[in-house]
Amino acid sequence: MEFVVFLIAGAIVVGGAIGVLAFANPVHAALSLVATLFGVAVLFVAQNAQFLAAVQVIVYAGAIVVLFLFVIMLLGVDRSDDLRVEPIVGQRPLALLAGVGVLAASLVAVLSAGGSTATRTVRSTAVAIPTEEPDVTSLGRLLFTDHVLALEITAILLTVAVVGAVVLARRPGRDEPSVEADVEAEA
Amino acid sequence: MSDFLRSYLTVGIFLGVAVVLVSALLGLSSLLRPSKPTPQKSIVYESGVDPVGTGWAQSQIRYYIFALLFVVFDVEAVFIFPWATRLEAYGLFGLIEMGIFIFILFLSLVYAWRKGVLRWV
Amino acid sequence: MGDPLYAGGIGLTVVLVTLLKVLVTFVLLLVATMFMVWFERKIVADMQHRIGPNRAGPWGLLQTLADGTKLFFKEDLLPDRADRIVFRLAPVLAVVPAFLAFAIVPIGGNFAEGGTVSMFGRETFLQLADPPVGVLFFLAMSGIGVYGVMLAGWSSGSKYPLLGGVRATAQIVSYEAALGLSLASVILVNGTLSTHQIVAEQAGAGFGGIIPNWNLVVTGVVPAIIFLIAGTAELNRPPFDLVEAEQELVGGFNTEYSSIRFALFFLAEFMNTVTMSALVVTLFLGGPSGPVWGPEPVRTWFFPIFWFLLKLVVFLFVFVWFRGTLPRLRYDQLMDLGWKALIPLALGWFLLLGAVRVARNEGWNLVVTFGAITVVVVVAVTLLNLSLRAAQRQRLADAEVNA
Repeated sequence: MEFVVFLIAGAIVVGGAIGVLAFANPVHAALSLVATLFGVAVLFVAQNAQFLAAVQVIVYAGAIVVLFLFVIMLLGVDRSDDLRVEPIVGQRPLALLAGVGVLAASLVAVLSAGGSTATRTVRSTAVAIPTEEPDVTSLGRLLFTDHVLALEITAILLTVAVVGAVVLARRPGRDEPSVEADVEAEA
Repeated sequence: MSDFLRSYLTVGIFLGVAVVLVSALLGLSSLLRPSKPTPQKSIVYESGVDPVGTGWAQSQIRYYIFALLFVVFDVEAVFIFPWATRLEAYGLFGLIEMGIFIFILFLSLVYAWRKGVLRWV
Repeated sequence: MGDPLYAGGIGLTVVLVTLLKVLVTFVLLLVATMFMVWFERKIVADMQHRIGPNRAGPWGLLQTLADGTKLFFKEDLLPDRADRIVFRLAPVLAVVPAFLAFAIVPIGGNFAEGGTVSMFGRETFLQLADPPVGVLFFLAMSGIGVYGVMLAGWSSGSKYPLLGGVRATAQIVSYEAALGLSLASVILVNGTLSTHQIVAEQAGAGFGGIIPNWNLVVTGVVPAIIFLIAGTAELNRPPFDLVEAEQELVGGFNTEYSSIRFALFFLAEFMNTVTMSALVVTLFLGGPSGPVWGPEPVRTWFFPIFWFLLKLVVFLFVFVWFRGTLPRLRYDQLMDLGWKALIPLALGWFLLLGAVRVARNEGWNLVVTFGAITVVVVVAVTLLNLSLRAAQRQRLADAEVNA
């Protein structure tokens, strides 16, 4: 049963990923990305990482891709761009090279570390993930004990992202509360 | 078959039923309804005059700010949930941590507020 | 933990019970949706001293069916500038999540006695699925539901739908943040994400034995109000129906839709209304819990379902009441309400609840705790104000130097 679920979800993930690359229309590509993220969420559920699966859909499919779509609509991108133009010279061969490199690296990693069941058993006992405990509990315990600093840094990172976006998006002149306006507010 | 898949299997069946119903409605309707397309009918609506431009107009950058703020607060909510389910276990330390976390993220809202991008002119 | 139906192995009975539950939930949701359409028209008509639908069936009850049939046989128009694939996909993306979100709502079961019912000799929950992350499942589904609106607006290749779609999406995501944060208070109080357990936590007598132990009371009313307001905005219902503000946007995101595809959007909208009411009931009003009497089948079957449906109708009425009473907000007011009022309030209330609970757990003096909270809040606000002042002085100084 798990195998069937894995096959279906895997097919959705791979199909979506191919779609992201193949569609010329950015909105279609973004939709394929949603399919991929959804498939990954199903795979998380199959691994009993239910909280992670929900977060995957809520944050990535529900928020990040919506942000992407806003950007696409913001730019007013029409149905298709001219794909023959290369904005950076030699972009395509470089991308191909990088892709092959990443694929080779991940293949090596998977084959050397996770390939045999023996190593996997050893590693899972070393990490000692309690399977009975829901993942939201174990995630929370790690976040609020060992990785507290990482949590706060995440908050700062997100704040910095907002500050950056505000600085870029603000139209100085009309929207900005100018110094004069501040003075008036003071008086 | 494992426990967790079982509880989602019902959701899966429900999803299947929903998809079947929707496709049946769409399919049946496409068989039964008339279809006499004319060029006039397939013009998009623009208050009765002929449409101008492509229709894929640009939207404003304000929407982007709101979407980004939404991402921030969504992520915040996601970090809040694990704490909220078991806050007694983390005690005062967890409370202070959460307070700092929320305060930092609240600063981003205050910043956007002060800079006037939340104002919809 | 989890539905006891699946505790023993899978047999024919289990499969049958599951299929029956799927069928019943499906029919219940569809009937409730059709009822809601009729209910809304009838109540709004009453509020406006009109008669409302009264031709199709007794009291016009079959009006929805008649409208649906009409739309079903209408010609479907596809604008020549539309993105054909996405245009066809969008209604499906709106309807399917609307269906799925209802799966986590507990419909019945006597929660004072375990919340299970007996069906063909098997104990089971009267809810379609009880995933351990139930409320997050709902949030995920409402997150996916945004795509239907957004893509419908974009794919039409027309200006009004595009404006309506972008507007709707910004509104929905803004209020979804408030929705999630008010939900956090419920999770904090109940300590679980599963809807079944949230209802189970609310069963039984509460303060003084008279006031029910509902989250409405336990979380201190504020999260419930935020949830209700954010939910109304999330549904694009009046007074937050700027999405289809007909004076500005014709019909909003679905301007170019006709025939059955339009009907699907309509269906999704009302289905979401039913689900949202059911969720308010589940999260804040104890779901199917309530006083029960009588012998066995009445006790575990009739009363819980009766209480659930009663509370559901109350909230459906509240949504209609909003529509009949409140004028539509302006877009800037809408955004202000969401970002400058609801989200800070939800966050503050959440922290306050958390502090009180931690304090009670550690056995501190409540007066001292409140004092400490006040001091912390005052210090934080003062620091924030001081830093803003400092930044302003800096800018004034810079302006003088530049001038």
